[in-house]
Amino acid sequence: MTSELGHLALIVALLMAILQGTFPLAGAALGVPVWMSVGRAAGRAQFFFLAVAFACLIDSFIVNDFSVRYVAEHSNSDLPLYYRIAATWGAHEGSMLLWAVILGLWTFAVTVFSNSLSEEFLARVLGVMGLISVGILLFILLTSNPFERLVPMPSDGGDLNPLLQDFGMTIHPPMLYMGYVGLSVAFSFAIAALLGGSLDSAWARWSRPWTLVAWIFLTFGIVLGSWWAYYELGWGGWWFWDPVENASFMPWLVATALLHSLAVTEKRGAFKAWTVLLAIFAFSLSLLGTFLVRSGVLTSVHAFASDPARGLFILVFLALVVGSSLLIYALKAPAIRDTARYTLISRENLLLLNNVLLVTAAASILLGTLYPLILDAMKLGKISVGPPYFSSVFAPLMAPIVLLAGIAPLFAWREASMPKLIRQLRWLAPLSLGLGIASTALFWSLSDIKTLAGLSMAFWLVGSAGISLWNRIRLRETALDGLRSQSPSFYGMTLAHIGIAVFLVGVVLSSSYSEEKIVRLAPGDTVQLGSYTFTFKGVTDVVGPNFKAQEGSFVVETDGKAVAHLNPQKRIYKVQRNTMTEAAIEPGLTRDLYVALGEPMDGAAWSVRVYYKPFIRWIWLGGLLMMAGGLCSVADRRYRLASLKTVEPHTSAAMRKA
Amino acid sequence: MKSWLLGWLLLLGTGSSPAVEVRQFDDPDKQTRYERLIEELRCLVCQNQSLADSDADLARDLRDEVYGIIQSGQSEEEAIRFLTDRYGDFVLYRPPVKPITILLWLGPILALLGGGLFLWLQARRRATETDLELSSSERERLEHLRQRLEDKDNA
Amino acid sequence: MRFLIPLAVFAVMVIFLAIGLKLDPREVPSPLIGKPAPTFNLPQVADAGQFLSPDSFKGQVALVNVWASWCVSCRQEHPVLVQLARQNVVPIYGLNYKDQREAANGWLAQFGNPYTASAFDADGRVGINWGVYGVPETFVIDKAGLIRHKHTGPVTPEVLEREILPLVRQLQGEP
Repeated sequence: MTSELGHLALIVALLMAILQGTFPLAGAALGVPVWMSVGRAAGRAQFFFLAVAFACLIDSFIVNDFSVRYVAEHSNSDLPLYYRIAATWGAHEGSMLLWAVILGLWTFAVTVFSNSLSEEFLARVLGVMGLISVGILLFILLTSNPFERLVPMPSDGGDLNPLLQDFGMTIHPPMLYMGYVGLSVAFSFAIAALLGGSLDSAWARWSRPWTLVAWIFLTFGIVLGSWWAYYELGWGGWWFWDPVENASFMPWLVATALLHSLAVTEKRGAFKAWTVLLAIFAFSLSLLGTFLVRSGVLTSVHAFASDPARGLFILVFLALVVGSSLLIYALKAPAIRDTARYTLISRENLLLLNNVLLVTAAASILLGTLYPLILDAMKLGKISVGPPYFSSVFAPLMAPIVLLAGIAPLFAWREASMPKLIRQLRWLAPLSLGLGIASTALFWSLSDIKTLAGLSMAFWLVGSAGISLWNRIRLRETALDGLRSQSPSFYGMTLAHIGIAVFLVGVVLSSSYSEEKIVRLAPGDTVQLGSYTFTFKGVTDVVGPNFKAQEGSFVVETDGKAVAHLNPQKRIYKVQRNTMTEAAIEPGLTRDLYVALGEPMDGAAWSVRVYYKPFIRWIWLGGLLMMAGGLCSVADRRYRLASLKTVEPHTSAAMRKA
Repeated sequence: MKSWLLGWLLLLGTGSSPAVEVRQFDDPDKQTRYERLIEELRCLVCQNQSLADSDADLARDLRDEVYGIIQSGQSEEEAIRFLTDRYGDFVLYRPPVKPITILLWLGPILALLGGGLFLWLQARRRATETDLELSSSERERLEHLRQRLEDKDNA
Repeated sequence: MRFLIPLAVFAVMVIFLAIGLKLDPREVPSPLIGKPAPTFNLPQVADAGQFLSPDSFKGQVALVNVWASWCVSCRQEHPVLVQLARQNVVPIYGLNYKDQREAANGWLAQFGNPYTASAFDADGRVGINWGVYGVPETFVIDKAGLIRHKHTGPVTPEVLEREILPLVRQLQGEP
């Protein structure tokens, strides 16, 4: 019964979405207020019914209702309750429903936090979101229905993929989807602005907090995925340039560009057309990612069971949404007039350069991801494009961004004074280089240019952020006064930029100075890694809720003192019968110690992988700092005050007069 | 087509275990070359993993081949040629530079140059406003006011 | 005009993605097509005293089928091969890949033996030389000993009809 109820709720949600997608847009175009107001009501109703549908599916998992095909395929009665709930979004149909629910959630949020938007603008925003919902819900109902029954009902289920039976894995998809789907809000705002012919700074101010929140979630989702891969996949990697990883990174890069561009449009009235285009790109890349994961077009560790029919549906949906939005852009953008003037050396231009770099990076990743497909489609053979390509392309593009991120706040708007800048920065370059050399030489080896460059850039970034802060503080009476008078969004920016520096330190040091050994160890044997001694104590058998495992015991010592007891496991899951290696990690701020069991060898000996990974946590720490920066910015009073008054968007006629 | 591959995969066990053969090298340089090579070669069975990370039987065999070639003193190019002769360019994670991959390797640079051009043209178009003539004291005052305005502007 | 560029680029991308839906990203094409079949000299599965090499089938068009008793999909295609062997259209030689001799012979006894002879590739090195990555695989060898076609995956009647038999007939017509 629950399953049928869920199915029904889904259908009703689709009907609500159809109402939400048609009346408001028509109402805005024809000027019918009643139709425009349908948007809010339909949007809220849609979310309500989606929540009901989702609750029904979760319930089927909780009670082990194996008569529902999706539950039978992806759950098991031995699966702990927590994972049974998470299994709801563990495969294609359920995760698609999660996507729809989250879109409903964002829609609901827009209906709530939109007091400062004009009726016409809100109607268009909700209308566009409604149309997207219609596409997604049709897709689910027609090709990917999670509520299908399975007759005859099996006695037990196929179990959740053991790779997903992990805390990090359960929250990674929801966080990512909050980000992906959240970008649809910025997208809808952009389309609404284009349709209404009003692209003033008010639009940018409205869009910014929504884009920020989506960006924060997307950052969190990517950080989680990377951290999970590190501790779960057994070989210490944290980024593989896998097609689906790329599919999440590209929207992130473009969303970052969008955030910066929105700042300029809001403050200076520049880049209007460009910002709109970025908003369209960001969400388009989200949709493209959805297509790549579920169509079977690319080989990926993330790919759900692919089905060309589903792939075709998503492709048509993608073509319609993105194609029509780019068409609207092509028709309406030429009429947009920027009100700003700026010169070659100015903060505007620097931010535009930042955008160009970020978009080029995203485009390069897209090129590399799709290139094998393109060659194959043209019958030119099959190649692979993997980490060696992506890292050699990405790093050179990121270096200028890191260098610019710290100093951009020091550039004046419109026309910056080069002499003044040089005066402020002239000792920073040698200082950063000096600190870079010093730290590299002190702790590691000076012969590594990559480390030297990376560390110097990190010092540069932090140093220039410091100068920026100092410039502002020193205009006040006291330092405390100065600190207190800066806005949250200034601190947000500074934190996020420092996050980049922290991330860079983590990447450079862990990639240059990681040590790894694969050795044969019998009980009692030791292996030395740097200053750490790993002693193998032996392997015992253990039993888990739905698996059996062989557990190794290791003691790690340095300077004669025991530092860690590590227990890596080799698990065999009862139902799917795969072997999973659970590495044991001793985490630390300045280093991780990592042990993974290999294969049993002769006697009681095992082959074992041990790792020493310096500063690897800084990678995710950097990501978290970026998130914290974003949160600071969202907290800025500007956005909350704005909700107190309604601002009429200027029509294009009014703009032309100005 | 897909079901048979699935059968093959299931047989091998889609687990996540790292490759853990203990290798002996008579030369640390050879070890570095071997390790770097197997990271840059793609497993043909578990196609989302490098030869280094894959647990598949074929990956083990191919690692053995690469080990044999490097240990016998031959170069990385020879190991790569051994594999591409049998499996084609698909096995390389670093795409070779050939006529058909020129666009791939040059693409980012071209995009960057295009972006730079776009920037320059935009700035040229934007700076069309003529500045009024200001006296030096007026300029100073303007600078000061601008700085104050910027602090209010904040981030 | 320049505002249409994003749309144009997007349209091109969609076309490629649409074509991509029909392609199989997992399939690895063989670089050995048109090249001489890699040589080997392996003991036979049935009788370790007898040997098999590509010279055995030089001068005629032949199929080389890579199989193993542990391979689930080989079970799937086997009846098709047995049926084909009965028709005496083209000789089928087997390359038994990474198997146990006893298991291999038992499997053939149970499910039928379409092979004129099967080579026993215990450690799989010959398989690697032939670019084998996904058993079962089937190669079409021409009279001069060149590989002319490779099919990865089970051979179905459709595959025979569309891909293999027309080529075999064409090659047999050649001197």
